[in-house]
Amino acid sequence: MSNTLIFERAQRFLAALRHCQVLGLQVHDASPLGLTLRLPYSPQIVGDPESGVIHGGAITTLMDTACGISTVCALAEFEVCPTLDLRIDHMHPAEPNRDVFGFAECYRVTPNIIFARGYAYQDDPAQPIAHVVGTFMRMGIGVAGDKQLKRDIQGADA
Amino acid sequence: MSDLNLNQLVRQAHERNDYDPLISLMPYARLLGLECLRLGDDAVFRLPANQDNIGNPLLPALHGGVIAGFMEHAAMLHLLMFMGIPHLPKIIDFSIDYLRAGHYRDTYAQCQVWRQGRRVANVAIKPSKPSLSPRHGRTSRSTSLESAVVPRSARYIDIKECEWMRC
Repeated sequence: MSNTLIFERAQRFLAALRHCQVLGLQVHDASPLGLTLRLPYSPQIVGDPESGVIHGGAITTLMDTACGISTVCALAEFEVCPTLDLRIDHMHPAEPNRDVFGFAECYRVTPNIIFARGYAYQDDPAQPIAHVVGTFMRMGIGVAGDKQLKRDIQGADA
Repeated sequence: MSDLNLNQLVRQAHERNDYDPLISLMPYARLLGLECLRLGDDAVFRLPANQDNIGNPLLPALHGGVIAGFMEHAAMLHLLMFMGIPHLPKIIDFSIDYLRAGHYRDTYAQCQVWRQGRRVANVAIKPSKPSLSPRHGRTSRSTSLESAVVPRSARYIDIKECEWMRC
């Protein structure tokens, strides 16, 4: 799949997730190798009102979404892949008033399970603010009820 | 928010059995709509069903990140409320296992501190089926509600001297 096709699928996937719209998540970059989302800084996701540091839960949502959507980079056809488990290690707090980027990649794809990993950073990917690893369940390409969603996300190429 | 203010807020919340002023200090908790209910010596955290927290439009189901964020925040509040920590603890790591989708309805969580050391606290967050008596203004129907997932643990740094754990 071309980068453009993956980027567009990722954008349509993201657009279907209401909470991600509330957070203002955007697709920053997408390729067969992985996906980067952007979480804009906003006062509503602050966890510590004194320092203005973003809540860890918002970072978790960013990374869960990034890992979940990174499955479109690895799969030829869209599949619903719910999270089985997720672990996040916080290296240091995010700096206030700056956006956070979340990169994720699928490092192993089996017929049933996708293993994904990634990291969150602000300016420098070499100085991550959090590492994440998670597993996702492949529900197959013909899950009842998701046909319309699949059409919506795959777009005209479906 | 100075330590003194936070201490005072926690004390007032306990005295008045009203945790909203404490919770509303934290913008992210307001965004999710988190609530705290006191049941005797215990606290139950509630995430009321809210359209803005939906992740899976098919079922519909709550976003997995919302469930994780709710539980992480519940653990932090639990440490503040019961463990005598005078400042906001900093999260080190968080691990969650999803057993099924978080259906679009109220979600509950309770916390248990497995260990509180001088610098690190280990907290388990469990889904709960609160048995709320009528005096709390809930009907028995709400006892059938349960939360969506069993997470494993969250670790917090609970001292001011270090920014994060060096390990």
